[in-house]
Amino acid sequence: MLKWFYWTGWLPENVSTQGQQIDSLYELIYWITAITFVLVAVAMIVFLVKYRYREGRRAVYTHGNNTVEIVWTIIPALIMVVLTVLSVPTWARIKMQVPETDLKIKVLAKQFNWEVHYPGADGKLGTEDDITFDNEIHVPVAKPVELVLASKDVIHSVFLPNLRFKQDAVPGREIRAWFEATKPGKYEMPCAELCGFGHSGMKGWLYVHTSEEYAKWAQERLGGGK
Amino acid sequence: MSATATTATARAAHAHPELGFVRTYIFSTDHKMIARQFLFLGLFMMIIGGLLALVVRWQLGWPETPVPGLGWLLKETEGVLPPEAYNMAFTMHATIMIFFVIMPILAGAFGNFCIPLMIGARDMAFPRLNMLSFWIAVVSSILMLAGFFVPGGHAAAGWTSYAPLSSVPSYTGTNWGQNLWAISLFVLTISSLMGAINYVTTVINMRAPGMTFFRMPLVVWSLFITAILLLLALPVLMSATALLLFDRTLGTNWFNPAGGGEPLLWQHLFWFFGHPEVYILILPAMGIASEILPVFARKPIFGYHSMVYALMAICFLSWIVYGHHMFVSGMNPAVGIGFTLSTMVIAVPSAIKTFNWLGTLWGGNIRFTVPMLNALAFVGMFVIGGLSGIFMASTPVDIFIQDTYFIVAHIHYVVFGGSIFGAFAGIYFWFPKMFGRQMNTALGHLHFWPTFIFYNLTFFPMHVLGIGGMMRRIYDPTQYEFLQHLQPINEFITVNAFLLGLAQIFFVINFLWSLFAGKKAEMNPWQANTLEWTAPSPPPHLNWGATLPTVYRGPYEYSSPEVPEDYLPQTRQLAGARAPAGRH
Repeated sequence: MLKWFYWTGWLPENVSTQGQQIDSLYELIYWITAITFVLVAVAMIVFLVKYRYREGRRAVYTHGNNTVEIVWTIIPALIMVVLTVLSVPTWARIKMQVPETDLKIKVLAKQFNWEVHYPGADGKLGTEDDITFDNEIHVPVAKPVELVLASKDVIHSVFLPNLRFKQDAVPGREIRAWFEATKPGKYEMPCAELCGFGHSGMKGWLYVHTSEEYAKWAQERLGGGK
Repeated sequence: MSATATTATARAAHAHPELGFVRTYIFSTDHKMIARQFLFLGLFMMIIGGLLALVVRWQLGWPETPVPGLGWLLKETEGVLPPEAYNMAFTMHATIMIFFVIMPILAGAFGNFCIPLMIGARDMAFPRLNMLSFWIAVVSSILMLAGFFVPGGHAAAGWTSYAPLSSVPSYTGTNWGQNLWAISLFVLTISSLMGAINYVTTVINMRAPGMTFFRMPLVVWSLFITAILLLLALPVLMSATALLLFDRTLGTNWFNPAGGGEPLLWQHLFWFFGHPEVYILILPAMGIASEILPVFARKPIFGYHSMVYALMAICFLSWIVYGHHMFVSGMNPAVGIGFTLSTMVIAVPSAIKTFNWLGTLWGGNIRFTVPMLNALAFVGMFVIGGLSGIFMASTPVDIFIQDTYFIVAHIHYVVFGGSIFGAFAGIYFWFPKMFGRQMNTALGHLHFWPTFIFYNLTFFPMHVLGIGGMMRRIYDPTQYEFLQHLQPINEFITVNAFLLGLAQIFFVINFLWSLFAGKKAEMNPWQANTLEWTAPSPPPHLNWGATLPTVYRGPYEYSSPEVPEDYLPQTRQLAGARAPAGRH
């Protein structure tokens, strides 16, 4: 039973450029909420103990206090505005500004695996000569990668926990997303949106190679293409 | 189910002997009987919803091992839950708990019971519509339960039923289960709409003399605002479930891209309903807490007016935050920025309410009764649920925690920690008025403390799972390498979930025992100010005798210097008193 208390649970190791921004925002919110919670909980416990029922005592007769009510309206409002202002630029960088890159990979989701397309000799995605892999993506480190997400049947969601990447793949549309890995390795790529009885266990792997290794892999598997 | 309330309504029956058994207990138009019926319906469905949750937890704690007690049902797998059945279990757990437990208890039972009694009305504005509303809810419940018995099993596409998984039968393999799910919810919206029309009309038109809007108890305010939300949100769910059913049975293609449809349309419709729905689930609980805290702190509620304005702000803002459920759905990310701002803003009225509850406790003379303990638990748990919501409001952070157990933890802190503790508080508080008998205090403590402790041990660690990246709705976490180290937490949660379930036995015993053998309740056992405590326990048909109460002041005049005792009922006329105002 001791193992129950051995919790190593925290964010998985981050290996992407956008992950650093997400993690720092996460930590900021973590501290704001943790401190707020402790303050509220302590106040509540102190009040409950200090003002517990005593024979013959009379409660304070008050209907409120405009000054403190204005203060505790404005402080949370300011915190929320600051968090919005900090969130928006990061969000825009991640989801709205796909950087120009020559490495484009199409991930076509289906019940229940990821079909990964690399452009063939014509350098274009979605053509006859696409080179396809099942459940594995290979990319070089330190280079922006554009993913084009689509689905053959239901909604799936590409989740790369270590890269803080998540984007639904929706049938009927192609969604552009991107990431840039910072450390070579092998990272799990589960589906995060319920997609049917085989949802659990629908996963692939992202292989992040050094530039040299990736060049070698591309030479062998993509036939010198991209 | 209504026969169990025999003793409770004996007096009502005596007062109107012309009403037969059927009209008194079954097809009753009395708002109090309809409230009891909704309460029994909700509590019965809670048993089913709770057992489904335990099945889900067993699978997550010890994946693919035989579920104890399910061997007879799952013969082919010798008790092991197959993935299809697992998807069905969590889908139906959420559907039942949200639509058939929390809504019937909070909006159905407390809405019906509290509104007329607390504004000084003899009944609802439309008693027959009210009766129809309950019986349509019963039809809807039967339709929903019938889904468990059809070939292919019940709906298994999540309570959110995202299309096209839900709209094309071959994607899940469920056929009539999902159809019945849609039909049942369609029918339920009709029931809830009737209730909502009744509540809004009653509050606007049927307040007793002197009961101005700003003398209404906060629970009435919260139920009034909830009814407005229901009135506006339910037609959207109604349309969505109808379109889903057309796609599944008539061959339309609203949501199916293969036929030119748009999957995101379902999400927009569902969450445009779904986010106000979250507030429909929590606002009545907020009202109940606002009602109970002053009574047992013996102190006026802190900032009555700001409490009302906060409710109104939540009501308005809840319409423009729904997009935060769809940040990674493929919706235009520019729209996400607007939804971030509105979601951050809606945290402010919630914060105001929390601080006002704390302000109510400050300087009080606090009695730790069972309803008070549950109301205090509501406040504490709502704080955690509110704070964890901020993580989701921040779009970049949401990219990571969307669809993980962090969301599961958050919704359970709001909907169990909030709504269910609020419901328990309300049941313990109004039971004497509802059934004319007190609930047992010792059993009440035996129920509250284990529930509070095991509730937190069950749901708090889910935040840790979510931060570790564990996806919601997965059948077997051990299939993933990056989740291996989290499995001990899953076992820990499951053990505590079962203990949480066992703790509810004390509630069932207390409820049933008190119903028949509890101590007879006085008219005003908690020495409270509001109007329901001026009617007999239980109130007779039409609630008061020949004259309706007249209201002289607001509902929270506790420890007022004007009287020696520490409460001052709304109906009490003080000799030579100054003209009563709303606030003082």
